[in-house]
Amino acid sequence: MKRSFAATIIMLAVSLAMSVSVAIAETIKVGAILAMTGPASFLGAPEARTLEMLAEEINAKGGINGNKIALVIKDSGGNPEKAISFAKQLIEEEKVFAIIGPSTSGETLKIKQICESGKTILLSCAAAEQIVEPVAKYVFKTPQKDSHVVHAIFESMKAAKISKIAVLASNTGFGQAGKGQIEKQAPESGIQVLATEVYDSKATDLSAIVAKLAANKEIQAVINWSVEPAQAIVLKNIRQAGWKVPIYQSHGFGNIKYVQAAGAAAEGVIFPAGRLLIADKLANKNPQKAVLTSYTKNYETKFKEDVSTFGGHAYDAFKILCRGIELAGTNREKVRDAIENLKGFVGTAGIFNFSPTDHNGLGTDSVTMLTVKGGTFVEYKK
Amino acid sequence: MKRHLPLILMVLIAVGVQQLTRATGTGFYLTPLTMAAYYSLVIVGLCLLMGYAGQISLGHAGFFAIGGYLSAMLTTRDLTPYQDTPVLVLLGKLGFTTTGQDMFGAAVLHVHPWAACGCAILVTIIVAYAIGIPVLKLKGHYLAMATLGFGIIIYRLVLASPLFGEADGISEVPGFPLLPGLAVSGDFENRVTNYYIGWGMVALAMWLLVNLIHSRVGRALRAIHGAEDATNAMGVNTARYKLNGFVLSAVLAAMAGIFLTHYNGGIGPSEAGIMKSVRYVAIVAIGGMANLWGALLMGTLLNVMSLRGMFGSYDDAVFGLILIVIMLFAPHGLLGLSLPQGLKRLLKRGE
Amino acid sequence: MTLELFSQYLLAGVTYGIIYAIVGIGFNIIYNTTGIINFAQGEFVMLGGMTAITLTQWLPLPVAIGAAVVVVMLIGALVEILFIRWLDRPSVLRMIIITIGISILIREAALHIWGEGVRSLPYFVGNEITTVPVLGARVSPQVLWVIGVCTLMVLALSLFFKYTLQGKKMQACAANRMAATLCGISTRNMVTLSFMLSAGIGALAGCVMSPITYTQYDAGTGLAIKGFTVAILGGLGSSMAAVAAGLLLGLIESFSVSVVPLAFQDAISITLLLAILFFRPHGLFGSKDAAGLKEF
Repeated sequence: MKRSFAATIIMLAVSLAMSVSVAIAETIKVGAILAMTGPASFLGAPEARTLEMLAEEINAKGGINGNKIALVIKDSGGNPEKAISFAKQLIEEEKVFAIIGPSTSGETLKIKQICESGKTILLSCAAAEQIVEPVAKYVFKTPQKDSHVVHAIFESMKAAKISKIAVLASNTGFGQAGKGQIEKQAPESGIQVLATEVYDSKATDLSAIVAKLAANKEIQAVINWSVEPAQAIVLKNIRQAGWKVPIYQSHGFGNIKYVQAAGAAAEGVIFPAGRLLIADKLANKNPQKAVLTSYTKNYETKFKEDVSTFGGHAYDAFKILCRGIELAGTNREKVRDAIENLKGFVGTAGIFNFSPTDHNGLGTDSVTMLTVKGGTFVEYKK
Repeated sequence: MKRHLPLILMVLIAVGVQQLTRATGTGFYLTPLTMAAYYSLVIVGLCLLMGYAGQISLGHAGFFAIGGYLSAMLTTRDLTPYQDTPVLVLLGKLGFTTTGQDMFGAAVLHVHPWAACGCAILVTIIVAYAIGIPVLKLKGHYLAMATLGFGIIIYRLVLASPLFGEADGISEVPGFPLLPGLAVSGDFENRVTNYYIGWGMVALAMWLLVNLIHSRVGRALRAIHGAEDATNAMGVNTARYKLNGFVLSAVLAAMAGIFLTHYNGGIGPSEAGIMKSVRYVAIVAIGGMANLWGALLMGTLLNVMSLRGMFGSYDDAVFGLILIVIMLFAPHGLLGLSLPQGLKRLLKRGE
Repeated sequence: MTLELFSQYLLAGVTYGIIYAIVGIGFNIIYNTTGIINFAQGEFVMLGGMTAITLTQWLPLPVAIGAAVVVVMLIGALVEILFIRWLDRPSVLRMIIITIGISILIREAALHIWGEGVRSLPYFVGNEITTVPVLGARVSPQVLWVIGVCTLMVLALSLFFKYTLQGKKMQACAANRMAATLCGISTRNMVTLSFMLSAGIGALAGCVMSPITYTQYDAGTGLAIKGFTVAILGGLGSSMAAVAAGLLLGLIESFSVSVVPLAFQDAISITLLLAILFFRPHGLFGSKDAAGLKEF
């Protein structure tokens, strides 16, 4: 306690001294709660790297209207109780302007109320519908809605005349959200789910369940909703069993290294994703092309690893916040209003059109169907 | 009176810390301190079990989760579809249910927090007795693995049940009204009140445990730890004492789970995970296996540091390191360490 | 159930069963010489895979695997020397806590060295979709490698313990440590050797299963729990029983998919563990008296 007392006294003295001098430019403190380690690290690690890269970039240009950004990133490890503690710490102690994150829906739902009462803008990188339904004044999210993603899959299936499917999902929040949406939308899309199986995210072999499903000759397609490594394992097990059924995956397939992990088994897999993964193949007049190619180039050069759509959610959150500050200065309420009324904002996940009733801003067109051909992502045309 | 000196000191320190934070405007420290207080309930209960009764438990996070999840589920699950069934009409008459509004403003029917708390504690007691009887017959590695297995089952259960929110856990848990005007909740305005509620519970638990240790029960537990067969031969019903110690520590863990969940406004599967159980064991070890106050002090310190993110991405590694370093150099905890002894150990070679 | 489906379940069960058995044997080897249950056993498997993957950048695959096994054996020896060797008659509680701590440290170190991503060795034969027909089912040739290599390891171990001097020395230590010391056997070295041996077989298993299961920094914990279940199921201390128990667990998990939802598969091994601990702690093949005499 003695140490922190002395530290606090020093802090008070310094801030007193600083406030005496005429402040021309403020530093805007932006907090981030991300799952950089732990079971959700495939989300949080690229998100954290993206934020660091963008903050550096913008400060090198002198900040927004002269105001530099100070990033405070906290690693929650995917644990909701840490997220709660960090959220309160960021709001009460660091007095951050806004919080980006958390990476998972479970954590976001726990801090939604805290940010709302603390009147701090929250730009979540998690996808659950309940984050923005019901709409909370200060809470926004940047990933596409799971319902839109599933809708895209079903539209593609309808075009391919597929009506009977099997669903495999992992037991993570991601998998369960997808499974929930699939079960909800299947009846109205005329798709019949013949079998649903949930497996542990750490499962190492699914050949037994694949064999069981393959024995059911009525199944016309399989949807697998999970992330690494189960995504690749399911693909291999299905192809090794000699089952030539069309495989649809989730937008969790959005990184070329997952394709590499599955190797030859990834050929022909169909999945919905934002256009980030086919940035270089987009037509020049596509409004997203410039943003996507520059993000891809900068990220891959700086971190020597492939870009993923998950990092893109943090990109969108940061850029949206910056735009809000550009438009409305450093007053929180005004920035919140600015964000809420942002239209036509080009991000990695799509083009955002926020409104007081829509704090996600993305529509069904934010998602496009991709497939794997020759080990690379191409647009899926049927 | 002498045995109550540490307790009085603890209360004075708690008040002192709060006044200090008020004076220096660092009131935000109260949040991790309050959370640490609730985790301390688990830790001191585990200290009684491991240090005094000598029974290792690698699954105590499971009891925390039983308390927290049951309370969360009962206070957030909408019972309106069942409101006309005789069971619910009866519960309503007894005052066990409350009405409220959900996020969209529609009227919902929940179980009252007090009733939920009672139910959660009851279930914990039942489970602790049911698990305790077979588990406490085991010793050593078998006991450790059995408790680990119990913890994993609870984790798998909450992860797989839609009733418990699956991987996302349960959110929007309401505050726990203790008295009119006094509630356990995470609201900013009630920070100081909740700090005192949390530490008040710890003070109560410590008073209970200190008295227990100095009573006949405490002596019996220590005798069992020292030499179980001899104690048995003296006519002490070791099985019953071990079991009751197990159940008491389980109930303390469950209470911590219940109140921390209401303070946090939610709970997730991570609270039931293996790493949490290992963390509790690490803290009991570093505090000195049979040192209630040591465990409390270390627990508060480490939990506050962890909750403020001081360990960054190395959080788990820190606790792993603590486990090893303490067990190698200071098996009686940091406070029981005498430096020359530690150095001697370092320099000693061979067996 | 068709023959094809049956064979598919059978092969999946045998593959996983033999991996669990190797981890269980690793537990038994260390337990026999030291009385310690090494909770870090699963981490050796993970380290084997990870090290081999890194080494394949510079070495051809077979050499990389061999080198990885040697490296992990050295790590095993290091773990023993640094943490276990100079403990003076430690209590069971202390040993459990130390090995848990070691397991956490190795895992966190792996996280910071290799990152959170998922990696794998290339398939020894063919690629991700080649299959060979076995008993009417289609499996990847890697499955045959796993079964083959692990079976060879089990045979090699039993030969080692029965016919080589070192092996017999280790068995002497297991039977009665004091007597072994009196016979001039350096029990300290035997302990180190047992750690190296456990680490080595774990690493080799990790390498050979990497193409199928992928390797990730936290792959060790789940394996350790399954391995421990298998060791206890067979009867702590007996390696042959561990093999039988491992195959049994693997087959139960695999065939369970046909009757219960997949979501319960993990609960099966834990339930089995608890059932054995509650009703028959000396394991299916162990004898109650022998178990009672062992000082855990």
